[in-house]
Order: sequence, then C-alpha cells, then structure tokens
Amino acid sequence: MASEGDRRSDLEVAGRRSRLLAGLRLEGEGARGVAIALLSTVVFFTAVAVAVTQSPGWPEVQRTFFNWDDISSSFPDIARAFVLNVKIFLVAEVFILVLALAIAVIRSLPGPVFFPLRLLAIVYADLARGVPTILVVALLGFGAPALELSGVPSSRVFWATVGLILIYSGYVSEVYRSGIESVHPSQEAAARSLGLSRAQAMRRVILPQAIRRVIPPLLNDFIGLQKDTALVGTLGVIEAFNQSQIDANATFTYGAYLAAAALFVALTIPLARLTDWLIARDRRRRQATGVQG
Amino acid sequence: MTTALRLEGIHKSFGANEVLRGIDLEVGEHEVVCLIGASGSGKSTLLRCVNLLEPLNGGRVWLAGEEITRRDVNVNAVRRRIGIVFQAFNLFPHMTVLRNVTLAPRDALRLPREEAEARATELLGRFGLADKRDEYPDRLSGGQQQRVAIVRALAMQPELMLLDEVTSALDPELVAEVLSVIRELAEGGMTMLIATHEMSFAGDIANRVCFLDAGLILEEGPPEQIFTRPREPRTQQFLERIIAAGRL
Repeated sequence: MASEGDRRSDLEVAGRRSRLLAGLRLEGEGARGVAIALLSTVVFFTAVAVAVTQSPGWPEVQRTFFNWDDISSSFPDIARAFVLNVKIFLVAEVFILVLALAIAVIRSLPGPVFFPLRLLAIVYADLARGVPTILVVALLGFGAPALELSGVPSSRVFWATVGLILIYSGYVSEVYRSGIESVHPSQEAAARSLGLSRAQAMRRVILPQAIRRVIPPLLNDFIGLQKDTALVGTLGVIEAFNQSQIDANATFTYGAYLAAAALFVALTIPLARLTDWLIARDRRRRQATGVQG
Repeated sequence: MTTALRLEGIHKSFGANEVLRGIDLEVGEHEVVCLIGASGSGKSTLLRCVNLLEPLNGGRVWLAGEEITRRDVNVNAVRRRIGIVFQAFNLFPHMTVLRNVTLAPRDALRLPREEAEARATELLGRFGLADKRDEYPDRLSGGQQQRVAIVRALAMQPELMLLDEVTSALDPELVAEVLSVIRELAEGGMTMLIATHEMSFAGDIANRVCFLDAGLILEEGPPEQIFTRPREPRTQQFLERIIAAGRL
C-alpha cells in the first residue's frame, strides 16, 4: 500500500522552487538569463529616461511637478490629512466585508420561498454597481445631514463613508457570489449527507472554500476603495486629495499631487504583497504538510 | 429478519428524463445488497434518493419502520442515521483528515470535541489511517481519501451505509484496500446498499444482488443465481458484456 503522497513529494518540492522565480519568469534560465534580463532592463529604462528628458516641455514639467521642495514641504500636511483616508478605508472595509457577505448568502438561498429576498439582493447589487460612486457620496454626504434627523450623526464624513459602504458592498457581494458558485455542488451534497443543516454546510464547508478562492479579487476591490476615499474630499472635507489641491493652488505647482499619490501607493502595495503571501501560505499548508511531517 | 430499509414505488425524473420508474426494495438488518447495472440505469440516483439528497417524484421510503418521505420529517436527522460514500470521495479539501471526520459529529450531533476526536482517532486507526489524521486530503492517495470518506460516514454511527461506486475513480492498484474496508464492515454486521461495477466483489460480499435496467429492478436474487443462472435476457446480455470486458 505505497502511499501516492510519497511519490508526489518530489514534484511538490520542484514545483515550490519554481514558484519562487515564477513572478519574474526567470526559472530555468540560470545566470545567463538573469544577466540578459538585467541588461535589457537597464537599456529600456535609460531609453525612456532620455526620451522624456529630451522632450521640449520637460523643463516646465520638471519645474511644476518634480520640484522636490514642493513635494517635501507639502508632505507633512498631506500625510496628516491622509490619516482620515486610512480611517475611512478601515471602517468602511469592515462593514463592506460583512454586508456584502450577507447579500451574497441571501442571493444563494434556494427555493421559491426566498424569491423576494433574492430579488432584493439582485436589485441592490445592480443599483450599487450602476450608480456612479461620486453621486452617492454627494447625495448622502450633503443630503443626509441636511435632513437634520435626530439620533443619527450629521457629519459629512460619516455619510460619505456610508455611501462608500453601500456602493462597494454591491461589488464585493458579486465577488463573494462568484466564489460561492465556484465550490462544486458535491461539496454541499457531502456536507448535507452527513446531516449538517444548510446553514452549517454554508458556514463550515462552502464559505471557507469560497472566500479563499476570491481573496485576490477581494483585494482588487479593497485597492479601489482605498483610492475612492479621495471622493470624500469632494464634500469639502480635508483629506489627502483635498489637502494636496490646497497646496497645489498655493504654489501653482503640482508636487503636492505627487506627494498624495505616493501616500496612496505606499498603502496599497504592502496590501498586495500581504495577499500574495496569504495565498501562498494557504497553498503550502494544504499541499505540503507531508513533506515537513 | 428486521427490515432496515424499505422502498416502495420510487419514481425520479430529471426534466423529461425518467431515471427511476418504480423501484421496490427491502434491505434487512445486517444485510448487504448490491445494485448492478449499466451506467445510467439509475443506481446512483436511487442511493441519493434514499438519503433524501434528491427529492422524489413518487414513492415512499421507510428507515427502520419509520417513513422518512413524510413531509414533516427532519431531513437532517434522517441523514445522520444514513451514511453515504461517493464515487469522487468529496472530502472537504480545506480541512485536515481529523477535521473532516469530526465536523459532523461535533456540529450535527453536538458531541464534545474530545469525544468526537477520540471516536475519529479510533476509527482512523482501525482502517490504517492513524498517521494521516493531520494531513490535508490533497496529500493522500485516492485509496486513502476514499477510506477517509468511509470513516467520515462511520463517525456518525449510521444504521445504514450507502456506497456509490466507491472504487470507480480509483487506480486499479488502489481498489483492493478500499474493498477490504467494505468487507470488514460487512463482517461487522453493517447494513449496506452498494452500487458497484466490481462484479466479483459483489458476488463475494452481497447477500442479494439487484440488476437495475432502465430505472427498474429487473431481477434480484442471491449472487450465485444472478451471476450463473440469470433469468432475464437483459441480465444475461449485461453479464456477457462484463465478462467480455474481463471484469468477472
């Protein structure tokens, strides 16, 4: 009864090694391949740099965009304002993950009894994805406080965040749904055949597999949300984008925009790396336990 | 002999396709009944109907004298009493072997974790899987995965086991290890309804063999009668094809 697992382990080790290089697509090329890649990269970017700096408008562009003094002097203000973007993002993300999951699960309820709920979920997802985000942010951000309702916050930031949550929940619910539908029906059959209820099968068997599969597209929407926090600035709230506009208007240069862009990028890139790492760790855990143990 | 399972007039259609056209069958306690027949004759569908995974279009099912096709029956409670093992194993790939086996005892039977794990560990040990308990299914051979699937069903301590062509997806050299597990269950007195293409195994293990053809049980009897002196021409034809394919 020789275990097939033993035979697989060699393949697995080779497979994992190649994944380390897969991102750069240099596997199997050796030192010569690396040298060629290095050389062609240097040549390519040198050519681009020469072409840009030799263009007729470059001195003007350099003065208005790439003035280091502008960038560095506006940076502290923008960084302080950026804290608000991060806060909005973090709060909105938590609510989006929960609300979108609820919508996706409602949409997957079977049977004619649940038709009205399914219909609501479908209409919601269609509307949320159909209306421009900036409209919803403006409608809620200006409109809701104007209602002067008692017992609810009247801050524009609060209502703009609600708007982002409502819009992004529509997108994210579709991501969850595609994950739920990608889990083979035999998994649910196996769970139900053991006497688990539909809810238990969903929670223990379907959702864990579905969510794992949609982590990359979920991240994609997170990044979109991080950037869309700048829309709150259109309500006159001082966040990173609005602050950079103020700075740009004060100096008649655009270095402040670059500073704001750098802050957004600094937030999104680590998130992308973290997600890749999570996916790789999950794959290793499921497939390679035999190699270590 | 007490009746463990009784089927009466089971009908099942998928759209216009009538898969089961009135199946009557009784399985006694501790009895092993094998369903044979060509692909598409309705063996798998019949097993899924018994487990209430497929809604019936007609007919009734009794489990230990209690009708389980009544509308007010709790299907989850019924399924806890019937174990089913699938052709494609259907293990949960995101869970270790131990978690696969303890999930339903803990969540459906509400067993405390220690008790569920002790029961699982004991069963895994009995079927030669003790060292696999912390592995993920991806790392196991097909034969090991199928044995885990059997253990997962047994962990619910079912009164009846349904086996749906459990060796059909396996490499030939892995079939024997799974069949020996089933043989052990039969010797232990487990009541089983088995859909299979392994004729010699069916002849060996079954108390009774049923030949399904086009959604009906065309012929049933002890294996030596069905395999050596089939009455129906269709049964003869089927067995001749099986012999020609070298499977009997």
